[in-house]
Amino acid sequence: MLELVDLSHTYGSYRAIDRVNLKVAQGEVVCIVGPSGCGKSTLLRSIAGLIKPTGGTVLLDGKPVDGSPENLAVVFQDYSRSLYPWMSAVANVGLPLRRRGLDKKRRDAAAMAALEQVGLAGAAAKFPWEMSGGMQQRVSIARALAYQPKLLLMDEPFGSVDAQTREELEDLTLRVCAHHGMTILLITHDVDESVYVGDRVVVLSKAPGTVVGDLPVQLPGPRDQIHTRELDAFVRLRAEVGRLVRGMTPHRNTHGFGVETR
Amino acid sequence: MPKVNGASLLRGLIGTAGLLVVLEAAGRLGAWDTERLPLVSTVLLRAGELLTDPEFLVSARSSLTTWALALLVTIAIAVPAGLLLGMVKPAELAVRPLIEFLRPIPSVALIPLVILLYSETTHMRITVAVYAALWPVLINTIYGVRDVDPLAKETLRSFGFGPGSVAYRVVLPGAAPFIATGIRLAASVAIVLVVTSELIAGGIEGIGVYITIAASGNRLDLMIGATILVGLFGILVNAVLVAGENRLFRWHRARAGAAT
Repeated sequence: MLELVDLSHTYGSYRAIDRVNLKVAQGEVVCIVGPSGCGKSTLLRSIAGLIKPTGGTVLLDGKPVDGSPENLAVVFQDYSRSLYPWMSAVANVGLPLRRRGLDKKRRDAAAMAALEQVGLAGAAAKFPWEMSGGMQQRVSIARALAYQPKLLLMDEPFGSVDAQTREELEDLTLRVCAHHGMTILLITHDVDESVYVGDRVVVLSKAPGTVVGDLPVQLPGPRDQIHTRELDAFVRLRAEVGRLVRGMTPHRNTHGFGVETR
Repeated sequence: MPKVNGASLLRGLIGTAGLLVVLEAAGRLGAWDTERLPLVSTVLLRAGELLTDPEFLVSARSSLTTWALALLVTIAIAVPAGLLLGMVKPAELAVRPLIEFLRPIPSVALIPLVILLYSETTHMRITVAVYAALWPVLINTIYGVRDVDPLAKETLRSFGFGPGSVAYRVVLPGAAPFIATGIRLAASVAIVLVVTSELIAGGIEGIGVYITIAASGNRLDLMIGATILVGLFGILVNAVLVAGENRLFRWHRARAGAAT
């Protein structure tokens, strides 16, 4: 459903990403991982139509992206800046639904349903600044869910919360997105997280970022923070991704995980 | 925003009352000729009486209406202009030198010119007051707009909202606390300029005119009494606006508080 063809972007003379090619199928959860400064955010912003890439194309359902696509939502790392402090949680979640042409009653109903899914039904009337960081990011996730996008982009969504909240939010994301059959592109610098959350892990090189690895994750579901992370398959795959992120030569497919590298 | 609580209000009242008592005592003990400059108690009594004096009330209503109109015109010009200049950097760069040139010109210095331009005193007074009150609202709006988080705007854009929606739903509410502060400053400035223009230009009504007439009749008690009422009105307006800001922009205070 999403296809990047030779996607490149330069800021002045700085080349952030260089000819990124990627295909994401409907319903897939793809994690993009890479060292800091590999142009991960540039990639995401190009897909979201927030910046116009200087080269290449983004195709969504076969159509080139021009401006912000209709069926797409973004969850940013910085929830405190991305939520509107003058609005309650339910108003924040309901705001994008104006684009769907819903009246207030139906917006509120959809927003409440989404807040319920992320376990915040009781906090609907609260304002973001009355909530913990984890709660605020749940509101951001609820906002994306309520919008019912076909493609959900997540930019380091769990980078600003404590470790325990992070695990909770990872599981929450997996659960609700499986439920909605959403396609997810999640950007992270955390190798562990990419393997735990993804159906596929795509590794970007240092800037100018380009795809250096594309690894399918074959782990038994449903995933579990303790058991999944102690599986041999998880540990090996994590090591493989870790090597790629650090720019080392990958082990050649010795463990049968279908590691493809270029 | 300054927060007024019971204790600080009480101290303020004690201080004011103390000063008034000292002045009253000094006057009664013969520190000055109370035939010329009346006692505090006399002035306060006159101020109270003025509130039911039809002649004064006509003047007060005229000044009040002029002030309110001036403030509305100021908001109607400065807020949209500030939003535009805050969002469109090239426009701001083009206009900035003009603003820097016009802003320091004292509005009072323009009164003789404005008198020549208008035969009608209400328009004259409004023009003078708007000229002075415009700047705090304009500058605050520009800075408020700039202060709006780029990520807040991008979030809405990523959901497919256009520039107009982003301006209305994110930039305007985000800048609102700054705009409100600008309006509060402008409200005080406009009071000063309305009364000043009345004092200088004269005319038939307005508190400034009332004060001038009282002066020509050598009624210092009425002059000072009317002046005190203007001051009290200024305090009242400020208090109401501060209370409104505290109520409407709780989120802004909560945020600023969390950041420190």
